[in-house]
Amino acid sequence: MPLTIGVLRETFAGEKRVAAAPEVVEKLLKLGFGVRVESGAGEAANFSDAAFTAAGASIAASASELLATSDIVFKVRAPSTQEVAAMRPGTTLISFIWPAQNPELMKQMAERRLTVLAMDSVPRISRAQKMDALSSMANIAGYRAVIEAAHHFGRFFTGQITAAGKVPPAKVFVIGAGVAGLAALGAAVGLGAIVRANDTRPEVGDQVKSMGAEFVPVDYQEEGSGVGGYAKVMSEGFQKAQRDVFAKQAKDVDIIITTALIPGKPAPKLITADMVRSMRPGSVIVDLASEQGGNCELTAPGEVVVREGVTIIGYTDLPSRLSKQASTLYATNLLRLTEELCKTKDGNINVNFEDEAIRGATVIKEGGVTWPPPPPRLSAAPPQAKAAAATAPAAAKKSSHGHGGGGEPMSGQSLAGVFAVGAALFWLTGAYAPASFLGHFTVFVLACFIGYMVIWNVTPSLHTPLMSVTNAISSIIAVGAIVQVAPPLREGVTDRPDALILGLAVAALALTAINMFGGFAVTRRMLAMFRK
Amino acid sequence: MSENLATVAYLGAAILFIMSLGGLSNPETSRRGNLYGMVGMALAVLATVLGPRVDLGAGLPWIVGALAIGAAIGLYAARTVQMTQMPELVALMHSLVGLAACFVGFASYVDTSIVYEGAEKAIHEVEIYIGILIGAVTFSGSVIAFGKLSGKISGKPLLLPARHWLNLLALLVVIWLGVQFVAAPSIEAGMTPLLIMTVIALLFGIHMVVAIGGADMPVVVSMLNSYSGWAAAATGFMLANDLLIVTGALVGSSGAILSYIMCRAMNRNFVSVIAGGFGTTGGTTPAAASGAQPAGEVTSVSASETAEMLRSARSVIIIPGYGMAVAQAQHTVYEITKLLREKGVNVRFAIHPVAGRMPGHMNVLLAEAKVPYDIVLEMDEINDDFPGTDVSIVIGANDIVNPAAEDDPTSPIAGMPVLQVWKSKTSIVMKRSMASGYAGVDNPLFVKDNNRMLFGDAKKMLDEVLVALKS
Repeated sequence: MPLTIGVLRETFAGEKRVAAAPEVVEKLLKLGFGVRVESGAGEAANFSDAAFTAAGASIAASASELLATSDIVFKVRAPSTQEVAAMRPGTTLISFIWPAQNPELMKQMAERRLTVLAMDSVPRISRAQKMDALSSMANIAGYRAVIEAAHHFGRFFTGQITAAGKVPPAKVFVIGAGVAGLAALGAAVGLGAIVRANDTRPEVGDQVKSMGAEFVPVDYQEEGSGVGGYAKVMSEGFQKAQRDVFAKQAKDVDIIITTALIPGKPAPKLITADMVRSMRPGSVIVDLASEQGGNCELTAPGEVVVREGVTIIGYTDLPSRLSKQASTLYATNLLRLTEELCKTKDGNINVNFEDEAIRGATVIKEGGVTWPPPPPRLSAAPPQAKAAAATAPAAAKKSSHGHGGGGEPMSGQSLAGVFAVGAALFWLTGAYAPASFLGHFTVFVLACFIGYMVIWNVTPSLHTPLMSVTNAISSIIAVGAIVQVAPPLREGVTDRPDALILGLAVAALALTAINMFGGFAVTRRMLAMFRK
Repeated sequence: MSENLATVAYLGAAILFIMSLGGLSNPETSRRGNLYGMVGMALAVLATVLGPRVDLGAGLPWIVGALAIGAAIGLYAARTVQMTQMPELVALMHSLVGLAACFVGFASYVDTSIVYEGAEKAIHEVEIYIGILIGAVTFSGSVIAFGKLSGKISGKPLLLPARHWLNLLALLVVIWLGVQFVAAPSIEAGMTPLLIMTVIALLFGIHMVVAIGGADMPVVVSMLNSYSGWAAAATGFMLANDLLIVTGALVGSSGAILSYIMCRAMNRNFVSVIAGGFGTTGGTTPAAASGAQPAGEVTSVSASETAEMLRSARSVIIIPGYGMAVAQAQHTVYEITKLLREKGVNVRFAIHPVAGRMPGHMNVLLAEAKVPYDIVLEMDEINDDFPGTDVSIVIGANDIVNPAAEDDPTSPIAGMPVLQVWKSKTSIVMKRSMASGYAGVDNPLFVKDNNRMLFGDAKKMLDEVLVALKS
């Protein structure tokens, strides 16, 4: 029996997002589910009821009607007490929950015997990235933060030389280079500003640079990466060094965007009132951490305030301000999670606790609280592994070209072994082989070494010409054939099968001649094609 | 010409050959390098013909005749061969060297005009024996390689049961026959073990190459290249000719190094490639791989969408593979490259060492299509640039861009260095279907969020992209 997915209208004040988009509804239907949408659910995100109907969903007139007929409920914000009360026991709810902050709600949902998957608890593993709604919302928040800043900032972002004079580019400083921070960097760089960023995790420096921004490190030795790629609380010494950096930046820049969050802790106060005072009048601070108390001492959560001539934006609903985009991305995250739940594509779900991503997201299963999940299997190991991976290609790089073949030097033991075998072979040769052979043997061994040295210098792009030219050169066997064709014979040799040797030698000569001429000619043809 | 003069001429030829290979270190000097090779060869042949070992009156017509016939065939082949067929031609030429080495070996054995005694006789006979052995293996192996590369023989590895034991048995028989051969009292008596050994060597060459799959061909072709060199060196020992020894050693080590480079590029052991088959060694069982089935959906795009992405890109990296050679798409690729470069897009090519069917295959194809070589880069040069790249296009390649090689330690290709196309903002993979690559490994790249698939024949699709770009 295929299950029905119900999409509730968001009732939280100012929330404009919705947990479905018409194109996602189509894909859910393909997975075998039925989809019902509460009337008006998508209105604030510019999705009309008609658009949902056209995509194949049915419309429920009210929340209570919807909840009475749904097996799975999609939402954005955590449900209200009334909404939970209206759900049928056994319903599966997928939305943001924030279980740590909402113990009462958790209790009520467990009593209602719901199964609840919290989008905020999806573990941060590569496989689960496609369902990581925190990242997709943070991306939007970062973008919107720059747009809000531009709206309140009285100048251009990009520098211009106009007939009316020169306009200097705006300077933007982003604190915290997570998903939101990087999105903000990208948006600000795109608008033409000079952008700098800081993060306690030094390894994100490269990501910052790849976005076209400058990384401002804090000059203090301490590793800032915590479990699962999030930041952690830093030592007092580090914090002091960090404050000095921020104070210096505050005097210089026009816009500060702060995104510093530490999981399960109030947001660190990074921008002091003194720093705000030191900023130029007309500057803007966007505090993306305002919901957790803000990174700036003067932030008023949810509001825009002007303090000391600086506009401080503390909106907590930035994703909702880009409701259509946010809804589409969030709905896609839900779709990806649903796909994981419904591997069979028959409209039924299986909350499989063997699956690390699903285990992490599930906070209540059939009325039993399963939160917090066991710690993720990956922790501080990746940076080290990454470092090892980084050194390995470097070693390979070194040996790929120029002298010296092997990646790493041989161990002393195996080197000694090679020498021992070599010495034994040489001794045997010296002991038993006649003098004439030794002369040739010397030439042979030395020629091998010359070949080794010369060939390592050949550029890889010419490997095909190298093969064809060595091919042509190996037709030097022709010399061997020629001396057999008609040697001046010593007196008294009568039993030489001249005809047979002549036939073999001439055949060999003709074969090698094909190689000789063909090989050089084709090499010539190829090399003539290589041009700058 | 006296013996001494001939020797000095040989020395000159040897130096010219070394300089010829040295010239290939750079495309600028490579043409001169080829010229050195030709001069060296001419010098060697002339010095031999005019030297003391040839009776001009009796030999000249034969020599000139044989050279003329060979030259005609060789030059014709060189002129008409398509660049996509280079691997076949090279394999075929290896077989000729092998066959010639056999002929010279037999001729040398039956030649009674030069008489050796004692240890010298034994050594001479061992040299003949080894020379013919290597020559025969090179010959039959190269013929099979030619058949596989030209599609006349199936590219699938043919694995006989107990093939390693068969090979070992063949080796033991060959050694035993060798002992019989050296101990033989007369030429007639020695001929029997020699002929049986030749047949075994021919079968061994066939068996060895038949067991090797299509994508391992770069290793096989370079290995046969190496063998043809050792065959020449063995002939040199046999005839006590230092020039042959030097040249053979040069060619032999060249092929050996190429094989080594190819093996390293696939993160595989040379022995396991030669032993044949893929995934037959321990630790690469399919069961282990199935644990990491790529999950997710493939996003496909049309040619016009691809053109749109290219138009809005600032930097593009193109990754050609064997599929481009098969579809003969290199000229269209160049047209697109030219168009994009005119628009100011930074277009570059990334070449994996084992892309194609022989070392450097892709470089030659791109050069044929007039792509300037300074925008064609090696894997190590370009791999760090993917994160800053807007669009990477993979044309007919699969395993060389498989992220599982880096991420999934249970993957059969784990540890193989790959081009990190998934680090670019968008990657587009052109493929005929969703079939897995040669290694039979699923490619998680295809289902990555930033990857798009453009299904269809590479040439046809690229033509459409070109039309869309022009409009």
